[in-house]
Amino acid sequence: MAEQDTHLLETPLHALHEQLGAKMVGFAGYSMPIQFEGVKAEHLWTREHCGLFDVSHMGPCFLTITGGPRDDAQAHIEVAKLIEQLVPSDIQGLKPGQARLTVLLNEDGGILDDLIITRPRQPHQQGMLYIVVNGAMKHQDWELIRKSVGPHAELTRADDHILVALQGPDAEAVVTGHFPQAAELGFMECIRLEKGDLSCLVSRCGYTGEDGFELLIPSDGVAFVTELLADERVKPIGLGARDSLRLEAGLCLYGHDLDPEKTPVEASLTWVIQKNRREAADFPGATKILDQIANGPRIKRVGIQPLDRAPAREGTPIMYDDVQVGEITSGGFGPSVDAPVAMGYVEVGHAKIGTELTLMVRGKPRAAKVAKLPFVPHNYKR
Amino acid sequence: MTVKYTEDHEWVKVDGDTATVGITKYAAEQLGDVVFVELPEQGRSSNKGEEMAVVESVKAASDVYAPVSGIVREANETLEGAPETVNKDPEGEGWFVTLLMSDPSELDGLMDEDAYKKFCEGL
Repeated sequence: MAEQDTHLLETPLHALHEQLGAKMVGFAGYSMPIQFEGVKAEHLWTREHCGLFDVSHMGPCFLTITGGPRDDAQAHIEVAKLIEQLVPSDIQGLKPGQARLTVLLNEDGGILDDLIITRPRQPHQQGMLYIVVNGAMKHQDWELIRKSVGPHAELTRADDHILVALQGPDAEAVVTGHFPQAAELGFMECIRLEKGDLSCLVSRCGYTGEDGFELLIPSDGVAFVTELLADERVKPIGLGARDSLRLEAGLCLYGHDLDPEKTPVEASLTWVIQKNRREAADFPGATKILDQIANGPRIKRVGIQPLDRAPAREGTPIMYDDVQVGEITSGGFGPSVDAPVAMGYVEVGHAKIGTELTLMVRGKPRAAKVAKLPFVPHNYKR
Repeated sequence: MTVKYTEDHEWVKVDGDTATVGITKYAAEQLGDVVFVELPEQGRSSNKGEEMAVVESVKAASDVYAPVSGIVREANETLEGAPETVNKDPEGEGWFVTLLMSDPSELDGLMDEDAYKKFCEGL
């Protein structure tokens, strides 16, 4: 990390968190709320109502073609081609206002980060991309992107903004109360909307498996967040529940479930590589990745369901017949499942759903099964 | 009955040569929702300060250390089916184990209730 460990940055919502009684921890160089009333209660509230997450530590930015955005579909193609040098997804083919999950790759096809890339909806904004990368990786990612695009585009940070996620079945009602037009958004769609003097980017996406929105709000919009929290359907949620929610939803955490040693095929993220990119074979590590798609990878990310009550944490060895065949990369307790849940990598011969495996939890063998992901069904608005 | 406390937030209730051990209210609150407790088997001996049990909350696993040396007489089976008892009644029904103490003089090094209270206030 580029930040000094001794000095934690604060998001624009820091004072609000302290006012709400958050327990704060250092995370990705920022002082962030790990919990408010308690991880389990916050988790369940999000699944039943609406949770508000401060994710301002993340790396929102804009990549703009040299000469600025213009009312021309060709401008989108130009900027999309630049970022496609680093990611295996079809960015040129994004529709106006459409967002897509993708991964930054190294030359060996290893994952350097996962990120969401959005094409702006307004005609005059073509030639610009809205990109959100992980907080802990942002400086590294931005440097990589800047180096790659060279003089052809400019990357502008937006991590001075407030970035909040509203997630859960009540999120639509809460968000459309402020932005009626947000109702027309489907999953992975984005629109710029005004709230008073605040110009906000409203995206229908999230990291919990629930329907919900992410709002990029100018840094002077703290009062708007306070207003959102005043809604009785909304509660503030910390990083603890964010982790248990995304784990139940089968979503990856970079640095744990994804790292430079893993390809998208091994990570069970082959779906981020659209057909036209596979045919073009023009992304970093394409030879290796296409070979894995054709012939199968050696290891694969799967869901792991421990069969007793003991959670299996990251690093837990996964065994079959006394031989290690994998390792847990994320594990804990799923409050909605009301049981321990985990994800990990196993050799493909043991990756079939239902395969019985053994977890070595603190040296003690415990029964587990390969489970279908997600552990709780996604409630996305399609 | 004497109750003593450790800096790792375990409590010890002493009855003759037997010590009942658990984690304090302060520790239970810090951990949050307890979802699993791994207890030692009957007859296992632990030295003072050694890992004796593991308590898991939604987010993390934490070690519980033997506050005094001894042999496990009984582990609280209630916690197997109802780990949340640790949150509901940490210093009562949520006890972890009873130990047959091998060196009761070790108790002298632990804090009494007032000292532990002050210790927590200083954290």
